This record gives sequence, structure tokens and C-alpha cells, in this order.
Amino acid sequence: MLQDILVTGLVNGGVYALLAIGFSLIFGVARIVNIAHTAFYMLAAYCFYTLLTRGGLGFALAGVVAVVSVVALSLLCYRLVIEPVREHESAVLISTIALGLIFQELMLVAYGGHFLGVPSTIDGVVRLAGVSIPYQRLLILVVAAVMLAATWFFLYHTRTGLAIRATANDLEVANLMGMNVHRVAMVTVGFSVGLAAIAGVVATPVTSVHPHMWLDPLVIMLAIVVLGGLGSLKGSVIGALIIAYVEAITVFTLPEGAHLKGVAALGIMVAVLLARPEGLFGVAFEEER
Amino acid sequence: MYLLRRTWSEIRSEILILPSRSLVLVWAIGLLALPLVYSDAYVLRILTMTCLFAIFAASWDLLAGYTGQVNFGHALFFGAGAYGSALVSLKLGVSPWLTVWLGAAVAALFGYLSGFLCLRLRGSYLSLATLAFPLIGLGLLFAFPDFSGGELGVSGVQRLIVGATANYYVACVSMLVIVFGLWMIADSRFGIVLHAIRDDEVAARASGINTPRYKLAVFALSAAAAGFAGALFAHYLRVAGPSTLEVALSFQVVIWGIFGGVATIYGPVVAVFILYPLTEWLGSFKEFGELRLLIFAVIVLLVLLFMPRGLSPWVRDKIEAQCPRCKQRNGAWRKICRLCSAPLQAQVARAQRLVGHQ
Repeated sequence: MLQDILVTGLVNGGVYALLAIGFSLIFGVARIVNIAHTAFYMLAAYCFYTLLTRGGLGFALAGVVAVVSVVALSLLCYRLVIEPVREHESAVLISTIALGLIFQELMLVAYGGHFLGVPSTIDGVVRLAGVSIPYQRLLILVVAAVMLAATWFFLYHTRTGLAIRATANDLEVANLMGMNVHRVAMVTVGFSVGLAAIAGVVATPVTSVHPHMWLDPLVIMLAIVVLGGLGSLKGSVIGALIIAYVEAITVFTLPEGAHLKGVAALGIMVAVLLARPEGLFGVAFEEER
Repeated sequence: MYLLRRTWSEIRSEILILPSRSLVLVWAIGLLALPLVYSDAYVLRILTMTCLFAIFAASWDLLAGYTGQVNFGHALFFGAGAYGSALVSLKLGVSPWLTVWLGAAVAALFGYLSGFLCLRLRGSYLSLATLAFPLIGLGLLFAFPDFSGGELGVSGVQRLIVGATANYYVACVSMLVIVFGLWMIADSRFGIVLHAIRDDEVAARASGINTPRYKLAVFALSAAAAGFAGALFAHYLRVAGPSTLEVALSFQVVIWGIFGGVATIYGPVVAVFILYPLTEWLGSFKEFGELRLLIFAVIVLLVLLFMPRGLSPWVRDKIEAQCPRCKQRNGAWRKICRLCSAPLQAQVARAQRLVGHQ
């Protein structure tokens, strides 16, 4: 059981981290609470499913096409829907909620409400320390690790990454230093949604695809981001692991675990917020006036 | 006779002089008079639900719009009211006329508790943390199905009153009373303190306002109104189900609130009265049935692109102008202010217009 907990926690933690980092980046750079973030995760899953089972493409090609098209769609949405109302925080908020609902309903109309399954990318299991791990879960783990490393490289070792971090730190000064903050925001949105889309593509074989699949990860992702501190990347990764392990422990040890895993995860978040209102790695609130 | 003339002059000088207030008067009288002229059961049913959700949306606005505590988990209070009232009336056999108040009290307790948990949180942290509360409640309900009925909820709840028209009047009158009460509160000294807390909490504290106490009070108050709506909802549908706690309902109320215009109280009510019957009406067509939520979201998105501050402030700015000197509102057709007779034609700076909320 201990091995099960370890593996499940790590795999889920990887997926959650990909989602949470993207959300955190968008929040940090553009100050958008992007409720539709996991809707893009869902769209990528649907796209992957369609290309794979109906389009007959290979796994790699289907994955790449799905991610690219979802990123393109997100940039289009940002341009058409979010940017015109950027100054009005509340309008941005419900625009993203409305976008999420629109995607959910579109998928409901196009595919119906049933659960769709995607075949495993690679079959077979590897036995490791007495526990059998399917290759699929190993793949999720590897992809998540690679993407996290890539994100770290992108943010800390490229000029664009520097611009993103600078904009997140202080938008006005970054603008005065000659950075095109609009383009930085666009790049951030594209990159973050790309991470979510990759998570959607690799995670679909172990979950099922349905129009409401974005709501559960959404809540968990928000809990992670708040727990780790809004806008903090380190916080997002560590928060993802904490929440994933709490969930795994609840599921494997408690009798009604499947129902209580959300309660446990959100309870941990509330407990952390009571002790540290700015999250584990968040910066203490500055007075904005 | 004197009283009649007095009332008439009050109405004329306070209500008819402003187009927005006259609209509200017409709307209230229309709601009360509707069953007398048109009592189709289906229409009354939709309007009953609309009234209940209007209470819910207005209570959200007091908390989120006025005090700036943008609550993403307002469904918790609705659900607490529904389950509290339904369980007590079903298990103990108490009359629903008493238990709806109990439901509101239970919700107020939950509001106080979540307000207590949120005292140190701000802005987005608060929104995202409050999103978790109803989901924790939902998980607990599913984990203990013997008590809560699990997925099916508590069914077979006693009705408040029998008959479509009677139920409509219960919902409609409580809506008018509660919304007007919330509006009075928001317009009072208490409401001004709430504005101050939203705009600058540190400054409010520095001016000697005990902001935590105000925040707790407004959490409890708003939750009580939402819980009352939830309790009426449970007794009307005769079931208190898990759908009263879902994320969808929490998001729905945020959409209503912002679509109608925050910090107005009447804005969310307007939004509910437009959006809820619209979605129900669309749902009644076979070919639209599945697309109803989609159309709802698209409408919200399009309206926001043109009116980012919400529907009702946009409309009010069209039909009324604010006096540049005394900040009182005037009908858009007037040349001079009705109170201080300053000329209204002078261009009002946009920033100034944003200041006035009354």
C-alpha cells in the first residue's frame, strides 16, 4: 500500500504541477484568474481522443497536433475575449468562467455526455520494488519532469523568460524598460496553456474523457496554487505534491476515501491559509493603493 | 386624505423624478399584479425560481460588491439553508414556516465561520479559498449518505403552501422585502463602512473602524439572506439535493452579479430576472434544449464586451446623469440639477462618474 501511495501521489502530483504552474504564470504576469485553464486541459484531451481514435493518427502526431491547436485556440480566445476587457478585473473573471462553460457545452453537444476512453499510449508494466507500475504512469511522470525542467530553463535561462519574470514582478516598470508587455502576456498565455494541454494529452489514458472533467482538476489546481502562494512557481510544484499525496493517502487508507479525498485536500489548503494567509511561498501582501 | 396626498407627493418627488426608481416601482407592482392577470402555472414556476435566485444574487452582491470579499463559494450558504431547513422539518416534523428561519440561521452560522476563516485573506486568495468551502461540504455529504441522502439529497420535504399562485406570492414578497432590506442596509452608514473596507481596508482601520467585526457581520448577514433563499428553494422543490452546493451554482451567482453590475444590489436582481427566464425559455425549445447553457455563456460574453461594468450601470448612465456639483442623480433630460440647480451639461469627468454608487 505504501508503494501505491508513493507512485499515485507522484504521478498525480506531476499532472497537477503542470496545471498549477501554468495557472500561476498567467496569474503572475497578466493578473488573470483563469478559470478556463483546465477547460483547455479538457479540450486537449478531446482533441487527442478524436485524432487518435477517429482520425487514425499515431500517438506522437496526435499529441503534438492536439497541443498546438489548443494553444492556437487559447491565443485566439485571449485576443478576442480577454484583451478587450483587460482593465475590468471582474469582467475578465466571468469571461474566463463563460469560456469554460462554452467549451464544456460545445463538447457536450459534439460528443455527448458519456465517458470516452483512450487506449494506453504504451502497454505493459514495470515491476519496481514489489509494486507494478504501468508504463503509462511512468510516461506521465517522465513527461511531467521533462516539462518542469523545460519550464525552469525557459524562465531562468532565456531572454523571454526574463521578460516574463520581470513583468510578473512589476508590470509598469517592465513596460518602461521597453518590454512589450502585451506580447509577454500573449507568450505567457500560450506557454501556460501549452503545459495544460500536454498534461491533458498524457493523462487521458489513465482517466476518462467527458465534458465535466475540467471541474475537479480546476478545484484541485486552485487549491494547490493558493496553498503554494499565488504566482510562486516553487510553491506550485511543492503544493502539487502535497495535495497529490494527501489525496493518495486518503484514498488508500480511509474507508470512504474516494469521497473524502477532495475534502482532505481542500482541508489542508484551508489549514495552511489559516497559518500563512499568503500561502507557503507567497510574498506577504503589500498594500496596493 | 392627508396621508394619501402626502404619499402621492412623496412618490412623485422621490420616485417618479428618477427614471430608474420609476422603473423599479413599475417592476415591483408588475410582479405583484401578474398572477391576477396571467396565472399560467409554468410561467409562475419560472418566476418563483427567479425570485429565489434574485435573493441569492443580491446577497452575494452585499458581500462581494460592497465589501470586496469576492466569494466564490456562495452556494455553501444556499445549501446550508436548504439542507438545514429540510432536515429539521423532515426529521423533527417542525412546520416549514419555522424551519425556513432556522435554515437562515444555520446559513448565518456557516457565514460567520467562513468569514472567520477568511479574515486574514485578501483578493484572489479569498476567492479561491472560499471556492473550497462548499466542496468540502459536498464531500462530507457524500461520505455520510445515511444522514444526508447522498447523491439523491433529502427528498419529500413538506411544502410551505399549496398552489402555484400562493408559492409565487411567498417567493415574490420575500424577494421584494429582502432585496429592499439589503438595499437599505447597503445605502446606510453600515454600507458606507463596507465601501470603505473594500476600497482601502488599512485606511478604514486607521479611521477607527473595527474591520474584522464588520466583515464577520456582513458575512453572516449575506449568508442569512442566501440561506433563507435556499430554505425556500428546498421547500418549494420539496428536495434539498447536492446540486445546491455545486461549483456550477457558485459560478452562476458570480456571473449574475457581475453581469448585472456589482455594488448596486439591484444589478444582480436585474441580471437574474433577465438571464434565468431567458435560459429556461430557451430550454423549452427542443432544438435549443441542449444548447441552453452555451447560449447563456455566449450572451454573457458578448454583453460584457460592450458593457464591461455590467448591464445596469450601463443602462443607468444612459437614462440618468450625475450632478457635477452635489453628486445627486438626475433624469438625463434635465438641464439643471433638481437639488442644487447646477447646470448638468458640463462634461462630467469619467473618473468622477465612477465614484458615485447610489
